[in-house]
Amino acid sequence: MEVTATNPNEETNVWGGGNQPLNASYGKMMMWFFIVSDALTFSGFLVAYGFSRFKNIDSWPIADEVFTHFPFLHGVDAPMYYVALMTFILIFSSVTMVLAVDAGHHMNKAKVTFYMLLTIIGGAVFVGSQAWEWNNFIKGEYGALETRGGQILQFVDASSNKRVALADFAATIDTPRTTHASSNGIWFVDESTLPNYSVDEIKAGFAANENIVIRGEKIDGKGHKIVLSREASLEKINDAVNVVEGANLIHNEYGNRLFADFFFFITGFHGFHVFSGVVINCIIFFNVIVGTYERRGHYEMVEKVGLYWHFVDLVWVFVFTFFYLV
Amino acid sequence: MAHADQKLAIFRGLLKFKSNVQKIWGVLIFLSIVTTVEVVLGIIKPASLMGMFLGMKILNWIFIILTIVKAYYIAWDFMHIRDEKGSFKGSIVIPLLILIPYLAFILLVEADYIFDVMSTGFVSWNF
Repeated sequence: MEVTATNPNEETNVWGGGNQPLNASYGKMMMWFFIVSDALTFSGFLVAYGFSRFKNIDSWPIADEVFTHFPFLHGVDAPMYYVALMTFILIFSSVTMVLAVDAGHHMNKAKVTFYMLLTIIGGAVFVGSQAWEWNNFIKGEYGALETRGGQILQFVDASSNKRVALADFAATIDTPRTTHASSNGIWFVDESTLPNYSVDEIKAGFAANENIVIRGEKIDGKGHKIVLSREASLEKINDAVNVVEGANLIHNEYGNRLFADFFFFITGFHGFHVFSGVVINCIIFFNVIVGTYERRGHYEMVEKVGLYWHFVDLVWVFVFTFFYLV
Repeated sequence: MAHADQKLAIFRGLLKFKSNVQKIWGVLIFLSIVTTVEVVLGIIKPASLMGMFLGMKILNWIFIILTIVKAYYIAWDFMHIRDEKGSFKGSIVIPLLILIPYLAFILLVEADYIFDVMSTGFVSWNF
């Protein structure tokens, strides 16, 4: 067979796939189609979150009361400031990325290198911020009781309506119960770490403190959690079977169990995207430094990873809205 | 080269930039303003926006619309969809515009139904 050099723009080669109806290179188009499918994955997660939330619309945890921490401001109630900061960090690293792409169009190697570096730093700061957010979420702040039906009972001061931590009122009852480790007794059986207080200690402390009442999961018409009267609280506390401090995949002190599950799953999946984006950005960064794209004659590769990086930013915009604002 | 025919106007031509770099900073400023508005609204939670519209608070509708506006500018100006051919734009955006609202509609209606069943049924969930 005769081999001929084919010009993709030649009309004669149309049947062989020779023209480009979409005017986009193969790599860029595949990155876009990956992004479309990934967008559908994320929308599946977020819609599942919406499903659980609409199903428990009168008892879902209030994000403003869960995410109230800000670095170096201990005890200050700062709802949302921190995630807003994270959003700005990510949008800014998106900007440096698009500036790197623009510098690539001008074949300006020094500028591409500089802006890629800034993008990597922004991404790393974002992942670090998310780790800090997770740390606070897992540690928890106040602690709560859980009833047999899985409802969370939180404690508030009846006069000031402020949350009260378990440590502030729990009685001390001597108990021989310690965390069972696999080194004791049957060697292959162990249990997860016991909470700092037992249910009995909380109950005794609660009975002794007249001004503490229970706040359930239910929300009133104005979007505040319904606080029980002292009498109703004394009755309600008898339903409690577990002490919950912080959050894991089974229990969390904030409210509905699904809330923590979705938080870990969606922000975790997004955080993993950011992490892999940083890794890919590093690879491209070193390729820029050694001059791979200078020799290739164009910096389209920077644009391709840029698309992925902007997509990660785009997803965060939605996660921010549905987890923290709505 | 794609660079030569970059469109430098946003807001339907209302705002024209002299260079691509200038446009990027302009879009950043716009995105920052929108985010700031969202955060301020989220902290103040104005009572006038707490009314219900189509099963959701008006404030939440505002958040979602502002989010879609931000998504539009990230995709159009940072991901350069504005400079792509119409058919390529469509093949990316149209599947998402059809499938995501469809999925959201089905699952949220179903969730609302389950909420009704759980609250009006004879089973107690709070024990």
